[in-house]
Amino acid sequence: MNSWEPKIIAFLCNWCSYGAADLAGVSRLQYPVNIRVIRVPCSGRINPKFILAAFRHGADGVWVSGCHPGDCHYIEGNYYARRKFAVVKSLLEHTGLEPGRLHFSWISSAEASKFAETAREVVEAVRAVGPARHFIKTKPMWDDIEAPLKAACQAEVG
Amino acid sequence: MHAYTEKIREAAQRLLADKKVDGVIGFRQGTIPMMSEPVFIRHADQVHQLTWNGFCGVNLANYLVKRKDRVAVVAKGCDSRNIVLQLQENQIRRDQLYILGAPCHGMVDRRKVWAFLKGRDPLQATEDGDSLRVSGRDFEEVVDRQAFLQDNCRICTHRNPVIYDELLGDPVPEQAGVDRYEDVRRVEAMGSEERWRYFEDLIASCIRCYACRNACPMCYCPTCFVDESRPQWVGKTLDPTDTRTFHLLRAIHMAGRCTDCGACERACPMGIAVRQFTKKLEKDIKELYGYEAGVVPEGRPPLDTYRPDDPQDFIK
Repeated sequence: MNSWEPKIIAFLCNWCSYGAADLAGVSRLQYPVNIRVIRVPCSGRINPKFILAAFRHGADGVWVSGCHPGDCHYIEGNYYARRKFAVVKSLLEHTGLEPGRLHFSWISSAEASKFAETAREVVEAVRAVGPARHFIKTKPMWDDIEAPLKAACQAEVG
Repeated sequence: MHAYTEKIREAAQRLLADKKVDGVIGFRQGTIPMMSEPVFIRHADQVHQLTWNGFCGVNLANYLVKRKDRVAVVAKGCDSRNIVLQLQENQIRRDQLYILGAPCHGMVDRRKVWAFLKGRDPLQATEDGDSLRVSGRDFEEVVDRQAFLQDNCRICTHRNPVIYDELLGDPVPEQAGVDRYEDVRRVEAMGSEERWRYFEDLIASCIRCYACRNACPMCYCPTCFVDESRPQWVGKTLDPTDTRTFHLLRAIHMAGRCTDCGACERACPMGIAVRQFTKKLEKDIKELYGYEAGVVPEGRPPLDTYRPDDPQDFIK
């Protein structure tokens, strides 16, 4: 278990948070390597489907980041996103997703240090919750089903 | 015969004769007791089929989406709220509709009656004020109607239609002192893991027939997310993860739009309390944005608008 590292999908808005990630890299800021970045045109582009899909594909955490309210490249995309995020987060946590798996932030393209700081926070929060156990699709355990049957047949045949 | 029945027939007769509408959407007696079924009346000689009773739980707003003709529709409180939402969402125009508002006393949950009868087969069910008389081959039971209402009707606070062209009876008093979110709070009080299991058990019997989706008057996407295959957002198996994904996404689509009409639960062949998902959203939307779906015809739905000072404590 010691070798487990959280796997986190980060949806970053093209105009702010993605720029912040870029700047953090150019500025040689250190932050954990556990995040996989997906660039989206705007935080308003995030559909709850994306968040669920990330979890279903094995993400331990999801982090969505966009421009500060008022700074959206599309003027108001993140205002709509904010309402959507509030209900999605609330519903997912209400139905049993551990708090600490789903994160949201506003990071402007100049806030490289906030990006690195938030990345650390997110990774630590997800690490604290541990490996994802929910939302993982279970495959039928054929061996578990077959083995007793085979043994029974064998016993009957003698 | 219920007093509304006469009124509905009279109105249908008049509207069809005056050519004000092309059809009337109402209820007729179903083929088995306690199941009134929707009916489309297009000619005056069919008007006698129309009826009204406490088993008209189906939400007729479901038949209005993207209609091209002019129709009259019988609408209870919840149905009328769905009509308001459909008008807001441009699924139908107001001038296409003639709404026969039915102040509602709550609809009887047939499953509760069946459970009460413990396997005895009801052949006839009639109502008289607050009592419900169910009779079969060798039994007759008279029970208090209030105890057999649908769960959503028990906590309903909008029994009177919010928009209508004519009312079928005097407005009924709204229920006072109902606690709409008692069950949601009970789940909220649980721990994370316990909540996960609660919902796991809740949807364990789901057969993914999508009846909840089909019965919902607010579900009208040309391609539903469950039918999308590239990318496929929801797996098609009965795996608990796929089932949960379906229920979560279905609920999220209802955020700020659900009027708690109970159509989904009514339609569910497995008796799953699917309203547990939507009620949480309803509560959140009410607490965060002070909005109740379909109550005021003006304005925009809560997720289609914003305020600069919306709460954002959860965002870093």
